[in-house]
Amino acid sequence: MNTAGIIHQTAARTDTEAPIFVAPEWKLVWWKFRKHKVALISGIIIVFIYLVAALVEFLAPFSPTATNSKYLYAPPQPLQFDGGLFVSGYTSTVDKAALRRIFVVDPTQKIQVGFFVKGIPYKWFGVLPSDRHLFGPVDPTQPMYLLGADRLGRDLLSRLIYGTRISMSIGLIGVFFSLLLGIVLGGISGFYGGMVDTLIQRTIELVRSIPQIPLWMGLSAALTFSISPVQTYFAITVILSLLAWPDLARAVRGRFLSLRTEDFVMAARLDGASQWRIIFRHMLPAFYSHIIATLTLTIPSMILAETALSFLGLGLREPVVSWGVLLQDAQDIRSIATAPWLLIPTLAVVIAVLALNFFGDGLRDAADPYAR
Amino acid sequence: MLQFILRRLLFIIPTFFVISFVTFIVIQLPPSDYAQTYVSGLLAQGDNIDAQATLKNLRDLYGIGEPAYVQYGKWMWGILTRGDFGMAFEYQQPVSFIIWERIEFTIVITLASLLVSWLIAFPVGIYSAVRQYSLGDYLSTFLAFIGISVPSFLMALVIMYILFKYFNITLGGLFSSQMEKAPWSLAKVVDFLQHTWLAILILGVSSTGGLIRTLRANLLDEMHKPYVITARAKGLPEWKVVIKYPLRLALNPFISGVGFTLPLLVNGSIIISVVMSLPLVGVMLLRSLQSQDMYLAGSLILITSLLTIIGVFLSDMLLAWVDPRIRYQ
Repeated sequence: MNTAGIIHQTAARTDTEAPIFVAPEWKLVWWKFRKHKVALISGIIIVFIYLVAALVEFLAPFSPTATNSKYLYAPPQPLQFDGGLFVSGYTSTVDKAALRRIFVVDPTQKIQVGFFVKGIPYKWFGVLPSDRHLFGPVDPTQPMYLLGADRLGRDLLSRLIYGTRISMSIGLIGVFFSLLLGIVLGGISGFYGGMVDTLIQRTIELVRSIPQIPLWMGLSAALTFSISPVQTYFAITVILSLLAWPDLARAVRGRFLSLRTEDFVMAARLDGASQWRIIFRHMLPAFYSHIIATLTLTIPSMILAETALSFLGLGLREPVVSWGVLLQDAQDIRSIATAPWLLIPTLAVVIAVLALNFFGDGLRDAADPYAR
Repeated sequence: MLQFILRRLLFIIPTFFVISFVTFIVIQLPPSDYAQTYVSGLLAQGDNIDAQATLKNLRDLYGIGEPAYVQYGKWMWGILTRGDFGMAFEYQQPVSFIIWERIEFTIVITLASLLVSWLIAFPVGIYSAVRQYSLGDYLSTFLAFIGISVPSFLMALVIMYILFKYFNITLGGLFSSQMEKAPWSLAKVVDFLQHTWLAILILGVSSTGGLIRTLRANLLDEMHKPYVITARAKGLPEWKVVIKYPLRLALNPFISGVGFTLPLLVNGSIIISVVMSLPLVGVMLLRSLQSQDMYLAGSLILITSLLTIIGVFLSDMLLAWVDPRIRYQ
C-alpha cells in the first residue's frame, strides 16, 4: 500500500470518527446502546407491551369481566386460515365423574374472525366513544377463546390484555414513588455525609436485610376489603415502593459521593454557585443516565412483587385484573391439570420481566458513554 | 477484628427492636382484630351468643383491647424474659409451641437451597469467565437471566404441572404419612429429600443467576491483572493460574452474597411453600395474616427477619475473615 493510500485512509477515518467528538451525550448513549443487540430487541418488546397497555380496550376482543356460563373452562381454539381467518367451534359432553362439561374443539363448525369488528362499546382514552375492536368474531354472539376460558367462562386473552395495563403501570408508578424517596434520601445522604449519612445508611441496610415478602404480606393484609379497587391499587403501589427505595437511594448516594470531589463541582463551588444549583445544574446531568438504568432494573422487581402478592391473594383483587390476579386461578395443581392454559399469564410475566432486565442491563452498560 | 465483630453485633440489637416495632405496628394496622373475626364467624354460623360479652371476654383474655404500646411492651417483655411469643388464637396454643418445627424445616430448606445455588453457580461462573464470549458463556448468561427473571413460584407451578402431566408425580408435604411421626433415621432423611428436592432445587436455581453474574464479572476483572500474567509466564498450567490466584479474590461475592441471597431465599421459600403446599413458615404466616392471628403472624415475621439478619451477620464475619481489607476499613 502506498503512502497516499494510507493518508487517504486516515483522513477517511477521521471523517467518520469526528461526530463522536461533537455528539451530545444522549447520542453517545444511543450509539453505545445500539451495539447491545439483545437490549435493543428487548426495548422494542417493551415499547410493544406498553403500547398494548395503552390500547387495551381496542385490542381486547371482549370485556375482561364478561362471564359466560355456557363455556366454563373452554380450551383454546387455534386460529386458522382458509382465505379468511376462522376458529373452530366447540362441542361439549358432560363428564359424569367430574360433574362438569368437557369441551372439544369441533373442526366442522367455523366461526368467522374479522378485523375491526363491532363489539362492546368503550371510549378511546376515556374520551372518544367507539365499539370497534382490532379483531374478534364477526358474529359477536359466537364464542372465540384464543387462549381458552377460565372457571367463569371469561376470555383469558382479553383478561391478559387488560392485566397488561395494571401490571405494567404498577411497575412504573411504584418506581416513580421509590425514585422520589430514593433521590431525596440518597441525595441528602451522599451530599451532606456525616451523621445524616450514617443514619440513612443504617436504615437502608436494615430494610435490605429484612426479607421483604413477609413484611409485604403483613402490610397488604392490613388493607381491608372495604376500600375500593382503585385505592387498593395505589396502596399496593405505595407498599411496593416503600420497600424498594433503598437500592435507588444507594445508587444516588454512590454517584453523589463520587462526583462530590470532581473538579467541575469544585469549580462551580468556587464560582459561587448555590448548593441547589450545583446539585441540579452540574451534578444531576452527570448521573441521570445511571439513575434511569437503575430505574429500569427496578420496574421488573416491582412487577414480580405485585404478581407474587396478588397470587397469594394479598395484593390486587377482583374485579381488578392483573397478571398476578389471573395466576390466582392457577394456584393448585388440580386447577392447572384441568385447565393448563391458565398458566399462560406466566409467559406474559416472564417476557415482560426478561425484556425489562435485558433492556436495563444494556442501558446500564451504555449509561456512561465517556468511560472507555 | 474483635472491634469489628462487636460493632456488627451491636448493630443487631437496635435492628431487633426496630423490626419488632415495625412488625407490631404492621400487624396492628387492620381495623378489626381476631376476637372480632372469631365472633363474627360464630354469628355467621348461627351460634346464639352474646356478641358483646364474648368479645369483651376474648379481648380481656388475650389482652387485645389495651392500647398498642401496652400490648407491644407486654409482648416484648414476654419474648425477652421467658421466650414467650404470645398466644396463637386459632391454635389455642402458645406461639412458641407451634412455630419452631416449621422454622427448623424452613431453615433446613433455605440452607440446602443456598448450597445448591453455590454448587451450580461456582463451576458455571468460572467457566463463563474463563471462556468469555464462548457458546457456553452466552448460554449461561441467558440461563442466569432466566433465573433472575422467572420468579420461583411461577417456575414451581410450571414444573409441577409438567411432573404431574408427563410423569404423574404429585409433590406435597415434607414427609410421606408413615414417616411423619417416625424418629429421625437415614430413611426419614431420604423421604424428606424425596418430598422437598424440587423446592430446594427451584429455590437454589432462582438465586443462582445473580451469583453467576457477579462471579463472572469479578473474575473477569481479576483475569487481566499483572499477577495473573506473571503466574502464566512462570509456566503454571492454566487451571492452576485461575484457581490459585484470581479465584480467591473473586470468591468474595459468594460469601457476601449470603447477605443478599438469604433474604431472597426466605422470600422464595415463603411463597413456594404456599404453592407446593409444604408445611413451612409461609403457609402458616399467610393463614395467620388472613385470620388476624396477630401474635402468630408477628412472631413469624419477627423470627424470619431476625434469622436473616443473623445469617447476614455470619456472612459478614466470614467475609472479614477471608478478606483482611474489610476488617481494617
